[in-house]
Amino acid sequence: MSAVAEERDARAPWALTAPALMLFVGVLLIPLAMTVMLSFHDWGQYKGIEPVFILKNWQEIATDPYYAEMFWRTFRIAILTTLLTAVLGAPEAYILNRMSGRWKSFFLLVILGPLLISVVARTLGWALLFGGNNGLVNKLLMSLGAIRSPIPFMFTETGMVVALAHVMMPFMVLSVWAALQRLDPQIENAAMSLGAGPVTIIRRIIMPQIMPGVLSGAIIVFSLSASAFATPAIIGGRRLKVAATLAYDEFLNTLNWPLGAAVATLLLVALVLIVVGSNALIERRYAEVFR
Amino acid sequence: MAFLELDRVAKQFGAQTVVDDFSLVVGKGEFISFLGPSGCGKTTTLQMIAGFLDPTRGAIRLEDKDLTAIHPAKRGLGIVFQSYALFPHMTAAENVAFGLEMRSVPRNERAERVRAALAMVGLAGYEDRHPRRMSGGQQQRVALARALVIKPSVLLLDEPLSNLDAKLREEMQIELRQIQRTIGTTTILVTHDQNEAMSLSDRIVVMSQGKIEQIGTPQETYEKPASAFVSQFLGKTNDFAGTIDRTATPARLVAGSWSAPAPAGLSGAVTVSIRPERIGFGDAGLGAKVVTRIFQGNHWLFQCDGECGPAIVIRQNDGQPQPTEGEAVHLTWRPEDMSVRARTVA
Repeated sequence: MSAVAEERDARAPWALTAPALMLFVGVLLIPLAMTVMLSFHDWGQYKGIEPVFILKNWQEIATDPYYAEMFWRTFRIAILTTLLTAVLGAPEAYILNRMSGRWKSFFLLVILGPLLISVVARTLGWALLFGGNNGLVNKLLMSLGAIRSPIPFMFTETGMVVALAHVMMPFMVLSVWAALQRLDPQIENAAMSLGAGPVTIIRRIIMPQIMPGVLSGAIIVFSLSASAFATPAIIGGRRLKVAATLAYDEFLNTLNWPLGAAVATLLLVALVLIVVGSNALIERRYAEVFR
Repeated sequence: MAFLELDRVAKQFGAQTVVDDFSLVVGKGEFISFLGPSGCGKTTTLQMIAGFLDPTRGAIRLEDKDLTAIHPAKRGLGIVFQSYALFPHMTAAENVAFGLEMRSVPRNERAERVRAALAMVGLAGYEDRHPRRMSGGQQQRVALARALVIKPSVLLLDEPLSNLDAKLREEMQIELRQIQRTIGTTTILVTHDQNEAMSLSDRIVVMSQGKIEQIGTPQETYEKPASAFVSQFLGKTNDFAGTIDRTATPARLVAGSWSAPAPAGLSGAVTVSIRPERIGFGDAGLGAKVVTRIFQGNHWLFQCDGECGPAIVIRQNDGQPQPTEGEAVHLTWRPEDMSVRARTVA
């Protein structure tokens, strides 16, 4: 009897996870595998997709500097966005954490607010404020005589970084916020009683302890920024492409699916390597704080 | 000789008075405990001395200097927090060295003092451990070393032992007392544990609802409690309703069938307070019946139902036969062992 029960017990976890596992395989692994396979297929203007195994697409990406520039721009924008959210988001979370009850929940809502609005609407908002001569802020500054020509925003990397940082800010703030919750509430008093001033307390006591939060927030922001589509598509359009918009164009405009698949696969692989690598690095470096 | 002086200190949060009219003079090298239930204002008082809170009224002086005018970082007090508040990203040695670094102590001297401080709390060899890899007791010792290494003028301990298990707590109490005796640092301990306060302190400040109930040595507060609150908070006690009859000559204090010559001063309805271990079984006295009898190794605990309400009696296990459950007994005690307070008759 017990043998039967044990056998059943051994199978139970598999049976219980089966639905989720099948969903995972069905909607993630299989399409992903098909995309990878697609990147090795041939394509021609008139013959369409040919299911053969060739390295043409990968060779094109490797040799044509156009693609290198595209990926370099993608990661440059992602890195700058990550830095901007870290520099603004970490102090923001710290200040927020020190606020008293009612203000704290109000400003937390303000920070989380952007998550409730569609990325497209938010990005178009930036375009309305800064877009060309008709942008609200540009118009105002020009009529005040503060600037002669409008601040370039649309179709610039700066514009993309600013708009992305706005979109990504909640992830950074929440991540640092979570790290701040782990802080001993008396830790600042302890440092103060030992003679540390406010700057020393932040630099020597608070910063090292919230660093893991900043870094895990950075990983989220970096990977989301590097693979972001809506914001680069609206701000950069066709003129300033990044990897995600490039893949989209290959798929839907050029209809060169295999090349698009190769771009998408490369972006995925690069992101996975960067994220897994830096995560391992962070966990090793901050082993004591994570415990 | 006043070393640390609190003069009518009060703290209000909005309309709520948390500490009121707190006056205390602490001598150099003294070990003082603030004892009281949670919410009695003991931690608030400690935080005002530390400088994390500003008093609403009153003055705090250290060696006749106004302490409230000095920034907390400049007060030079050593503080051990209930949660220890160790810096988790630093090793034990780095934690202890932090205060010395802030004082710009040269590297060589710093290393030597850190080593000595850790050795003093029995943690030699643990210099490179991180706090989260240490046990609660070890973390507590690091916190103590960190507070003491800066040679503080006053050591403030905020319920430092409450997170330890009973056995470790007892060990740390003894150790804390020895360390304090050795280096002679004036110490203030905040605790809700009356045993801790009694075994460690030179004097105890018993607090309730923001006010001082009594200041005295452990024996004084235990033997001669100034109020009903003190007698009940410091250990078990029996309160019997009695009356003082001034018409009799000589005047007598009567509680049930127990009576004694009346003490001077009071008359009419009184409360007689007597510690359980000071009550004995005799041939005459307060009539009672033993309800339960509990053997606790070195002593017996009796719960009795007496003429003046329930009574607790503790007798040493001295090998003599003891009354059994259900037995009728007489409770008796020496008049000098009791304390008598006026009682308002409802």
